[in-house]
Amino acid sequence: MELLSGGDIVVRALKDAGVKHIWGYPGGAALHIYDALFKQQDVQHILVRHEQAAVHAADGHSRSTGEVGAVLVTSGPGATNAITGIATAYMDSIPMVVISGQVPREKIGGDAFQETDMVGISRPIVKHSFLVTDAKDIASVIAKAFYIAGTGRPGPVVVDIPKDVTDPNHRVPYEYPEKIKIRSYQPTTKGHSGQIKRAIKTLLAAKRPVIYSGGGVVLGEASSQLTELAKLLNVPVTNTLMGLGAYPGTDRQFLGMLGMHGTYEANAAMHHADVILAVGARFDDRVTNTPNKFCPSAKIIHIDVDPTSISKTVAIDIPIVGPCDAVLQEMIAQVERSSSQLDETAIAEWWTQIDEWRDRHGIYSKPRHAPSEGNIIKPQDVIKTLFKVTNGDAYVTSDVGQHQMFAAQYYLFDKPRRWINSGGLGTMGFGLPAAMGVQLAHPDAAVACVTGEGSIQMCIQELSTCTQYGLPVKIINLNNQALGMVRQWQDMQYSSRYSSSLYEDSLPDFVKLAESYGHVGIRVTHFDELEEKMAECFSLKDRVVFMDICVDRSEHVYPMHVAPGSMRDMWLSKTERT
Amino acid sequence: MRRIISVLMENEPGSLSRVVGLFSQRGYNIDTLTVAPTEDQTLSRLTMTTHGNDQVIEQITKHLNKLIDVVKVVDLTEGPHIERELMLLKVRASDAQRAEIKRCVDIFRGQIIDVNTNAYTVQIVGNSDKLDAFIQAVGDADILELVRSGVSGLARGEKSLRL
Repeated sequence: MELLSGGDIVVRALKDAGVKHIWGYPGGAALHIYDALFKQQDVQHILVRHEQAAVHAADGHSRSTGEVGAVLVTSGPGATNAITGIATAYMDSIPMVVISGQVPREKIGGDAFQETDMVGISRPIVKHSFLVTDAKDIASVIAKAFYIAGTGRPGPVVVDIPKDVTDPNHRVPYEYPEKIKIRSYQPTTKGHSGQIKRAIKTLLAAKRPVIYSGGGVVLGEASSQLTELAKLLNVPVTNTLMGLGAYPGTDRQFLGMLGMHGTYEANAAMHHADVILAVGARFDDRVTNTPNKFCPSAKIIHIDVDPTSISKTVAIDIPIVGPCDAVLQEMIAQVERSSSQLDETAIAEWWTQIDEWRDRHGIYSKPRHAPSEGNIIKPQDVIKTLFKVTNGDAYVTSDVGQHQMFAAQYYLFDKPRRWINSGGLGTMGFGLPAAMGVQLAHPDAAVACVTGEGSIQMCIQELSTCTQYGLPVKIINLNNQALGMVRQWQDMQYSSRYSSSLYEDSLPDFVKLAESYGHVGIRVTHFDELEEKMAECFSLKDRVVFMDICVDRSEHVYPMHVAPGSMRDMWLSKTERT
Repeated sequence: MRRIISVLMENEPGSLSRVVGLFSQRGYNIDTLTVAPTEDQTLSRLTMTTHGNDQVIEQITKHLNKLIDVVKVVDLTEGPHIERELMLLKVRASDAQRAEIKRCVDIFRGQIIDVNTNAYTVQIVGNSDKLDAFIQAVGDADILELVRSGVSGLARGEKSLRL
């Protein structure tokens, strides 16, 4: 058997786990591993400018490809800087392996330089973690880490490796396990067929059914099965923020996103439904509004790979634990075999009702915001223009805030893995590094980072990484000179007292800033130049373009749930309520 | 409602902290906790008592099962079971008190396991109620020191928690 040092084993095991790119930042405790990286070509390391960005970039890679992301950081501050990224991945169930250097074994616990208890500090935000204490364990631990991260309900796994375990002078036999078996970890591979039968019976008896699908459909590669089942039954579909693209956004049966900033038709359909089929969604508080007022007349079927998601906030009538793709496939087969049929008259009436809702308050039947004009550019129109210029086929990452909601509402994703955002943790600073991860995985694709002047400044240092590695992402900065979502809440709940949501003329000149990194900066101040400049931006295929778009400062995101209320209780504009 | 949950898990460093962390992270209660390796040194058996409504207990068992190190979880209170707790107390015992305490220990089928001029060290084994009753019988004032092991338990009959 081949003898390798611990550092070489880390890199070789990464290669054997299928890793081509690893995002990271070197430091003392990780230097043996960095030296091993230097000596080979198989695994390319991308040097970011802050560890948080390394994790978000690996996260973007994973979300856009389905592969397990890989990150390498050093001990102490390297590890703690990675924490926000790990928590982001954990909340959205993104598979990822984060390798952190640790101080040498004999120094652990002694408050050594750059020591922090990474396994301890990351414990609540990882699927699992390992502290490797012997070089001969490295390969099997890394193999297990990738297996755990990518199977069942995916999530981040931390592998903490003390520096002396990667000592270049200590060689041990290298063997990467061909098959992983963990006796205490056996993720479910199929749903209970009796439960599936009950679900089908309930679904076929429905008069007002809705499919409510979430990020689990994207992660579980179940989009085609979801679409097939929805088509087979002619049932309306709404997606969560995390599920956008799981069902084609431009399809007639799609009601738009549901939840706090969901469409009127999606939220109303949920509220009035008699049967809800929830697939890979977790009844998040941004979806349900007040849980005890949630969908009062609905029987709820819930498919989820994670049993803890079932009946967590809302009681479920028919739970089905299993991977979305396998369960939906089985459901399709059972529907096709079933002797009973949907009540077509009832479904037709249901569609008539939904179309009436769409017509009355829907954001897609006609514009519900004031038109853009002159130097008043409505942020919604920026997203619509982005959709048009990119033919609805770009990878869109976003940060967190109003721009994120506008992007979710107005960029209609027809494919899964195109919409990349921090839904659960709501991490500002996610968008740009995530876009880098997407761009590296899809070098020829158009990758847009929809952001705001607040969020972009949380990881703006990554413009330098884009320069170094030639990652031509397009930054669509909806600049409203305020922390827009904070200000919206301050308008609605704090009598417009803008406590720390304004910058008082301290914003940088983003065009010059982009140029100083060697990128192209474009400022848009008039609506009539928006489309042309956006087209120019995307025509510069090999350049990073920073579009600083001055949008209407006073715009709010609507619809918006009225709290505490039910799904159908919404603000439709600043003055209009359901 | 009070529950006794038994967990079979990998005897690895950090396993216990994951269990304890889960409870504090999600706002669940741990009333007692006892843990030690089993006859198979690679496995630990952990027993905890907790309380909560049915929904909370269901989430607790599901979350415990979800921990990668956890092999099996059972809620002993769902069926017939045996539970025991061990208590050691140092009780003030001088002159007239000595006979009274000795009688009390006998009634509770405990043992005096250490003696000196002014104190007895007493061992009582039983379910938690019995231990509480003994404390009450002796009276707080005379207890110098007390330690309880937390509850351990097994299901009755042939049912067993193993690999």
